[in-house]
Amino acid sequence: MAIFRAMSKFIHHIKPPSGFSLGLKELWQYRELFYFFTWRDIKVKYKQTYLGIIWALLQPLGMMVIFTFLFSRTLKIDSGNVVYPVFVLSGLILWNLFSSSVSHAGESMIQNSNIIKKIYFPRLIIPGSAILVAFFDFIMGLLIFIVLCIIYNQPVSWQAILYFPAGIIIVLLAAFGIGTFLAALNVKFRDFRYTIPFMLQVLFFASQIIYPLFSIQQQWLKYLLAINPMNAAIEFFRSPLSGASPDIAVIIIGLLSTFIFFAIGIFYFRKTESYFADLS
Amino acid sequence: MKPAIEIRKLGKEYTLSSAQPYISLRDVISGSMKNIFQLSKKKKEKFWALEDINADIMPGERVGIIGRNGAGKSTLLKIISRITPPTTGEAIIRGRVGSLLEVGTGFHPELTGRENIYLNGSILGLKRAEITKQLAEIIDFSGVEKFIDTPLKHYSSGMQLRLAFSVAAHLEPEVLLIDEVLAVGDMEFQKKCLGKMEEVSKNDGRTILFVSHNMDTIRKFCSTAILLNKGKMINKGETGQIINEYVSGHLQTNAETNWSEGIFSYNKELKLNRAFLHNNACEVLARFDTTESIGLTFEYEVLSANTQFTHGINLYNQENQHIFSSHDVTSALNNSKKETGNYKTSAWIPGNLLPEGIFSISIALFSQNPVDILIHEHEVLSFEIYTDFSKMNARGNYTKDFPGIVRPLIKWEAEKLKK
Repeated sequence: MAIFRAMSKFIHHIKPPSGFSLGLKELWQYRELFYFFTWRDIKVKYKQTYLGIIWALLQPLGMMVIFTFLFSRTLKIDSGNVVYPVFVLSGLILWNLFSSSVSHAGESMIQNSNIIKKIYFPRLIIPGSAILVAFFDFIMGLLIFIVLCIIYNQPVSWQAILYFPAGIIIVLLAAFGIGTFLAALNVKFRDFRYTIPFMLQVLFFASQIIYPLFSIQQQWLKYLLAINPMNAAIEFFRSPLSGASPDIAVIIIGLLSTFIFFAIGIFYFRKTESYFADLS
Repeated sequence: MKPAIEIRKLGKEYTLSSAQPYISLRDVISGSMKNIFQLSKKKKEKFWALEDINADIMPGERVGIIGRNGAGKSTLLKIISRITPPTTGEAIIRGRVGSLLEVGTGFHPELTGRENIYLNGSILGLKRAEITKQLAEIIDFSGVEKFIDTPLKHYSSGMQLRLAFSVAAHLEPEVLLIDEVLAVGDMEFQKKCLGKMEEVSKNDGRTILFVSHNMDTIRKFCSTAILLNKGKMINKGETGQIINEYVSGHLQTNAETNWSEGIFSYNKELKLNRAFLHNNACEVLARFDTTESIGLTFEYEVLSANTQFTHGINLYNQENQHIFSSHDVTSALNNSKKETGNYKTSAWIPGNLLPEGIFSISIALFSQNPVDILIHEHEVLSFEIYTDFSKMNARGNYTKDFPGIVRPLIKWEAEKLKK
C-alpha cells in the first residue's frame, strides 16, 4: 500500500502549453540534477586539460599581466588610488564570470540536445548549471584576486561584505537572463551562435574593466554604458577597494537593466522550452 | 482505484515548414526578403502525428504499444514523458514517471563507469541516495565491475550497453515508459533485464508502457496492448487479440511509398522521395511468384554536397524475422561522395529465394567507415510471394505445408548406381 500513498504525491497534468510560470517548485524537485550536470561539466573540463584546475588560475592571471603592461605602463590609464593589477583583475574576474556564463549557457541547449530529446526535466537546469560551472572558475579567480590584494597591500573596507556579493549577484542575474535568452534563440536559429563572441567582444569594451567609468567625461555616455549590467557590478566590486562610494546613477540604471534582462531571458526561455525537443 | 494514466482526446500536430527541422537566421532574413520581392507565401504543411487518443491504464498494468512505423507510438511516449507537449487534449499521470527512450542517455565518455551510473541515474530521475543504495547491485548486474573505475571511452559498445541497461533495470518509478531500447544488446542480457522489470512490475504494482516492434517480447511481457495506426488508436485490449489484429492488418502489401504526402523522411543531408517494387518489365507490383526476381527502386535527393554514403536494405518476413541485409557494393555510386541532386537506385532480390508469405523492406542510406546511418526507414514496402505452379519452382507439384525461411531452387542430381 505504501506505493499508492507515494503515488498520490506526484500527479502530472499534461496539457497543451498555456500561461507562464517560473516552475520553481519543479526546479526544487530536480535540484540534484543541477548538481550532477555541474559536476559533470567541471569534471570533464578539467579531466581533458593537462594542467587541470591550474588553468582556471592561470587564465585571469595571464590576462592581468598583459593588460597591466599594455594599459598601465604603455597607455598610462589612470586607475585612481588602486594599483592597476588589482584594479584590472577585479574587473577581469567578474567579466570572465559573465562572459563564460553567457557563452556556455548560450551553447548549452544545443550541446545537450540528445538528452533534451530523450528525457524530461525542467530545461532551465541546463543553462543554470552552465552558469554554476562558470561560477566555479570564478571562485578560483577570486582566490587569485585575494592573494594579489595581500601582495599589493591593498586595503579593503568592511563594505566588501555587502558590495562584493552585490556585484557577483548582478553578474549572475544578468548572465542568467542573457544566457537563457541566447540558449533559447540558439535552438531556434542555429546560426545565431556565431554572433555571440562578437557581442561579447563589444560588451567587454563597454565595461569598465581596463578603464574606470569615472574617467569618462561625457555624462550621457556614462549613463549609456551603465545599461550594461557589468558596469554596476564592477562599480560595487571596486568601491571597497578605492574607498569611494559607488556611483548611484550607474548602480540604479544597472540594476534596472539587470532585472529587465533577467525577466526577458527567463520569460522567452519558458515560453519556448516546451518545443525544444521538437526543434533540436 | 484511480487509473495510473488517463489519456483524454490527446493529439499532436507537427508543422513541416521546410526541408530542415530547424531554421537558421539567414533563412528567415532571406525568406522575408523573398516575400517582400515576390509576394509569395510559403505554404506550411501540417500533419497530425496523434489524433484523439483516449485510454485508461490501471496501476500495475503492462501495456504494449504496437503499430507500424509512423503510427505515433514514439510520439505518444514523448508526450506522456513530457518531452514534448500535446497540441490538444490532456493526460493525467499519477506517480513518478521514468522514461527510457534510449539507453545510456547522458553517458559521458570521459567519466568512469561509476560516475556515469550516478549521472545517468539522476538524469533518469533517481535520487543520489537511491543510486548509492543500489550501486553495488547495479554494478553486479552489469557484469563490468572490473572496469567500473575506468573512463567509459575505453569500454566496448557491448559493455556500455550492459552498464546502461542495468541502470535502467533498477529504475523504480511508478510509471515506466520504454521505447524499443531493449531491441539492442545481446539477447541473454535483454532477457535478464526484461525479467528484472517484470519482477518489479509484478511485486510493486508498477505501470509499464512498452513500445516494441518485436511481437514476441510484447506477448511475453505485456498483459494488454494498444494498437495505433497513422496517429489514431485502433483498439485496446488483451495482448494476444490485439497482436492478431495488428498482424492480420499488417499483412497488406504496399508496392509504392511516396514521402511527399505528409509523412516525411529527411535530414539535412538527404531526403527520400519515392520507393517502389517492380518486375523485370518495370510494372509496379506487390505480388511476385517464387521464381521471379523482385526489383526495388528508390529515389532520393542529396541536399548537401559531398555526402558520402551507400545504399542498403533489410528484408523481414511476417514474423518480423530478419531474412537478410544487403548493401550496395556493386553500383558505380556505392559509398561515393555525391553531388547535390536527385538520384535513383535499384536492387534486385533474386528469384527462387523466398517462400510464400508477406515480406517487408526497410531502406537505409548510411556511410560505412565510420558507420553513420543517415536514414533508415522501416516497413517502406511490403510484398507477397506466391507459387506459380505453371513455372519450374521449388515446390514442384507439392501443395502441402512447406516450412523454411528461404525456398531456394536447389539443383539435385541423382543416378542409379551400377552394381
